[in-house]
Amino acid sequence: MVDKTLKSVDEAVAGVFDGATIFCGGFGDTQLPGQLLEALREKGVKDLTIVHNGSGAGTHALGGLIADGRVRKLIASFPNNPGGTSFQDLYLKGQIELELVPQGTLAERIRAAGAGLGGFFTPTAAGTELAKGKETRTIDGREYVFEKPLRGDFAFVRAHRADRIGNLNFRRTMRNFNVPMCTAAKFVAAEVDELVPLGDISPEDVHVPGIFVDRIVQVARHPMQTLAATVGR
Amino acid sequence: MSLTREGIAYRVACDLPEGAYVNLGIGIPTLVSGFIPEGKEIFFHSENGILGMGAIAEPGHEDIDLINAGKQYVTVRPGASFFDHPTSFSMIRGGHIDYAVLGALEVAANGDLANWRTPGEKVPGVGGAMDLAFGSPNVLVTMTHTTNKGKPKILNKCTLPLTAPHCVKRIYTDMALIYVTPEGLELREYAPGLDAKTVQSHTEAPLRVSPDCREMKVPAKFVAAAQVAT
Repeated sequence: MVDKTLKSVDEAVAGVFDGATIFCGGFGDTQLPGQLLEALREKGVKDLTIVHNGSGAGTHALGGLIADGRVRKLIASFPNNPGGTSFQDLYLKGQIELELVPQGTLAERIRAAGAGLGGFFTPTAAGTELAKGKETRTIDGREYVFEKPLRGDFAFVRAHRADRIGNLNFRRTMRNFNVPMCTAAKFVAAEVDELVPLGDISPEDVHVPGIFVDRIVQVARHPMQTLAATVGR
Repeated sequence: MSLTREGIAYRVACDLPEGAYVNLGIGIPTLVSGFIPEGKEIFFHSENGILGMGAIAEPGHEDIDLINAGKQYVTVRPGASFFDHPTSFSMIRGGHIDYAVLGALEVAANGDLANWRTPGEKVPGVGGAMDLAFGSPNVLVTMTHTTNKGKPKILNKCTLPLTAPHCVKRIYTDMALIYVTPEGLELREYAPGLDAKTVQSHTEAPLRVSPDCREMKVPAKFVAAAQVAT
């Protein structure tokens, strides 16, 4: 019987090595895989490249990993997000690298990698400083910029429900970057609100099919990412 | 005399047609959703995966998994849908978002938009601004007409890094409504109490006065004595 469930988040991050490229799913602090990131922080790996829309918040989860000096480079669209002081402080001291990517281009680079594509041409950023040094092509009279696929060694995401074979279901606006990230990393682990028996997630409600997911761990949301901790923050 | 921030948002709301799919940027654009008249059906999009977004959630009714692109707890309207980022940006880049209402630091006479890097900003961030500016067929800009030091923001050429070239269709400010046309900027409306000459004196780029140019029709509560602060 296939069983992708783990007992602890520590087991889920056990294989992470120095210098790895890590997809960190979610959008905004509340939807980060906070428990997996805390486990990664405990593990003490370094020189990581993190791919995430923003730069995390405070000194917990992603913010903590960055504050601890574990992250060499951040690939993000909006690292100047309010609360992202761990990254911003290091960036101003020249102690962390940034690759700034428009949000849609970031999502599509990850999607392209997961779909086995060698990249794509996008109109976004053509003629701006974010297209400097990139190949361009005029297609049907419009200028496009070539963007390469972006692959991860690991993807860590937070989902609502999962079953033992790794099918994932998300609530509300939880899908965001998680769906493409699950398709484009060599090893994918999800922390979830609920682990449910096989068949409880209706096939039409499976947002990420289990083929893309390696490990599942059921764990309560990180205490800094709850409504009580974030409303009015 | 000039429009308040709410007045600018109200004027934009008047121009959004029924059935439009609309993305609102942060700042003045966010206020637009509050001025859609009852019965006019408009679908608001949020980059993080919502079509049919409703108002900000009332205190005590927040849902931990329901946020907008500004990370505020929001609500959805009947008929709303949720989706992932690639789908959301297919809507944007694919030209399906009929109107993108965006703030601006500078707009040039040819429709160039600069809104993602402020002069003193040390940590850059672009978010979805470029995708929206390149993707939507109707980029509407809302902003104060001049900087807080009184310098024009509607220029012959942008001085700040561009978000996208040739993308702006209309400019809504506290002083005027200006269309970007192939022949340059066209003044369509001026705020109550102003005139075309006064608007031009606060605008670096030359304005052609439309034959239909008129005083803007907005409720008196949206007209302020002095120019609004940026």
